[in-house]
Amino acid sequence: MNENKRWTLAVLVDNEAGVLSRVARLFSGKGYNIESLAVGTTDDPQVSRITIEVCTAEDQVRLLSNQLRKLICVHSVKILDDSHAIRRELLLMKVLCSTAETRNEIIQIGNIFRASIIDVSKSSITLALIGDEQKTEAIQNLLREFGILELVRTGMVALERGQYTIDEQTKEKGEFDYGKNVLREGL
Amino acid sequence: MLVTGAKILMECLMEQHVDTIFGYPGGTILNVYDELYNYEKEGKVRHILTAHEQGACHAADGYARATGRVGVCFSTSGPGATNMVTGIATAYLDSSPIVCITCNVASSLIGKDSFQEVDITGVTMPITKCNFLVHSVEELADIVREAFAIARSGRPGPVLIDIPKNITAEKCEYTPLPRREHSSTGKLGDLMRRASHDFKAPEPDEKDVDKLVEMIRESKKPMLICGGGVVRARAHEEMKALARRIDAPTAITVMGAGGFHGLDPLATGMIGMHGSQASNRAVDACDLLIAVGCRFSDRVALKPETFARNARIVQIDIDRSEINKNVKTAHHIVGDCKHVLEKLLEKLPEQMDHSEFRKYVFSFKTETEYDPAEGRLTPSQVLSCVAETCPKDSIIATDVGQHQMWAIQHFHFDYPGQLLTSGGFGTMGFGLGAALGAKAAFPEKCVIHITGDGGFRMNCNELSTEQYYGLKIIHVLFDNGTLGMVRQWQNLIYNKRFTETTLDRAPDFVKLADAYGLKGRRVSSAEELQEAIREALACDTGYIIDCVIDIDEMVRPMVGGGSHITDFMLY
Repeated sequence: MNENKRWTLAVLVDNEAGVLSRVARLFSGKGYNIESLAVGTTDDPQVSRITIEVCTAEDQVRLLSNQLRKLICVHSVKILDDSHAIRRELLLMKVLCSTAETRNEIIQIGNIFRASIIDVSKSSITLALIGDEQKTEAIQNLLREFGILELVRTGMVALERGQYTIDEQTKEKGEFDYGKNVLREGL
Repeated sequence: MLVTGAKILMECLMEQHVDTIFGYPGGTILNVYDELYNYEKEGKVRHILTAHEQGACHAADGYARATGRVGVCFSTSGPGATNMVTGIATAYLDSSPIVCITCNVASSLIGKDSFQEVDITGVTMPITKCNFLVHSVEELADIVREAFAIARSGRPGPVLIDIPKNITAEKCEYTPLPRREHSSTGKLGDLMRRASHDFKAPEPDEKDVDKLVEMIRESKKPMLICGGGVVRARAHEEMKALARRIDAPTAITVMGAGGFHGLDPLATGMIGMHGSQASNRAVDACDLLIAVGCRFSDRVALKPETFARNARIVQIDIDRSEINKNVKTAHHIVGDCKHVLEKLLEKLPEQMDHSEFRKYVFSFKTETEYDPAEGRLTPSQVLSCVAETCPKDSIIATDVGQHQMWAIQHFHFDYPGQLLTSGGFGTMGFGLGAALGAKAAFPEKCVIHITGDGGFRMNCNELSTEQYYGLKIIHVLFDNGTLGMVRQWQNLIYNKRFTETTLDRAPDFVKLADAYGLKGRRVSSAEELQEAIREALACDTGYIIDCVIDIDEMVRPMVGGGSHITDFMLY
């Protein structure tokens, strides 16, 4: 039960200078590498939401979230795990395509993954793709042989399934199961 | 009316009823000191100029620990601010409420490596509950109010406010606000309304308390640990009542000294690395361990996996993040120790009897005896002599090392705030500053600084502060000519290779006392010591009693780090 795995933490914070370093420091101070980090404002411009992914054991992630809650700049923290959260990230990838043939092949692969083509030049093509790490990894594996020139990802963002939000600590299991079944394959 | 940032700062300190400030001026904080001139003249506040900013920070900390109120210290930018870092960390690890005000270079110079510039909010981020860099004079009052609320609320701790110099000179509108209205106005009001931050201690959950009551009723061998939370919450009466009611042997941690009377018939003494036989054996044998305000540091739960291996462990703490951090517990209650214990006592009216377990525990020693010898003093001799000769309510400040452990083992502390010691951070040189802070808060009380020759040398520059302000302190110096605790480890673990621990060198502490305008005497027998203490008590200045201790005297008992709690290396 207490094995290392990847955890997603959603943290609501004041949208102010220095807040990100206060939050990140809690991880670095304990020797954790932040696997993924995404920050942006919420519908309230005074509040930002940070999504952090970290590999650790369950008791450690609970300790981290309790310590995060102690920071004055932190409004709320929630541990989101795969079974009841949707996680997505945006990937931009510039791939080498020296011939029209390879370009077509790349476009085809992109279509299968529902990636959009956002830039084309004579010798390169840039794709944008939204998904979780399985999907982004799969497309990388397929396109690697063409030559990936550059790649950037936004970092994972996540929301809980169902009507519940970061401010609620309780949830009914049936509720998010329902959401999972209906929306599983959607974006 | 438009007033300067410096005046707003001083007015906000008045709102908090600050009567003493410890500090050291410098270029960037000059506007504040210029304003302080008026406040001192009007007798509204007293500023104590220390010899070093570290001393000022320790003094504010000592003041806070002794009074339970927020201590305040000032320093300038750059080196002034970084000199306080050790003091801030000391306060952080021991949950002591202080507010440090540093001024930084002007806003326009920040980030340009200006003279005496340092990003002190960045430096102190891991060692403060919160810190602030003030961006405009308009937000200054709000920030000071918030800082004090944060420092003293919940689990207390240090807060730092860094004010760029230009802001102390700029003017804005200031409206005085009595303290009781702070929590409903401004940024602090917003914080209070935010659900996740209860500034008041969390209310203990009824069901959690009921469960503990049940566990106590089921237990045959209950035991209590009194930690620093009891001292911070001033819950010593409740602690005593609980111990008596459930008839449980009660151990103290270093930070818990004063939370449970050392001479109580249920007191087993200190627990952990230098814990007594009785405490360490009891924790190993008990079937229910209730830790009140204790975070099971590595000096208490030396080996977390086997700590209290026969017991169900219950943790009572104000800080949720301490629960299950170091030791896995069977049950916990989050709340202020005082509230939780009150509730518990209410729900547990019956007097219990665990005489069998009590007899077992007290068949072991609660205190170590040392063999007396000619020409030197034993640690217990020194401490019992101090305890017998000085007033019962004397405040004791210590540095860190052997003398600190001896003080906690052999001086029986009576009330919270009586012992000022750096338990968590282990800061050598803490004692003198802390003693000054306590003496400034309680001029009528006898303040004793128990120290070693190593720790004393670190910050003895503050003797000038003691002399100048007439803050009379009795220094009891355990002089063994070595860094005793380190030597003890070298003796036991490093094959007696005493690398860089022998202090066979200046100063002569009696002459040092003289140089600072204080009195002093070197003593090597119990009679001389008693005489010296009497002289010191009668004397109108501070007094250094240089006690000759054997270089190889050790703190006993001792359990090695990481070992099971009853695997004593020394008995």
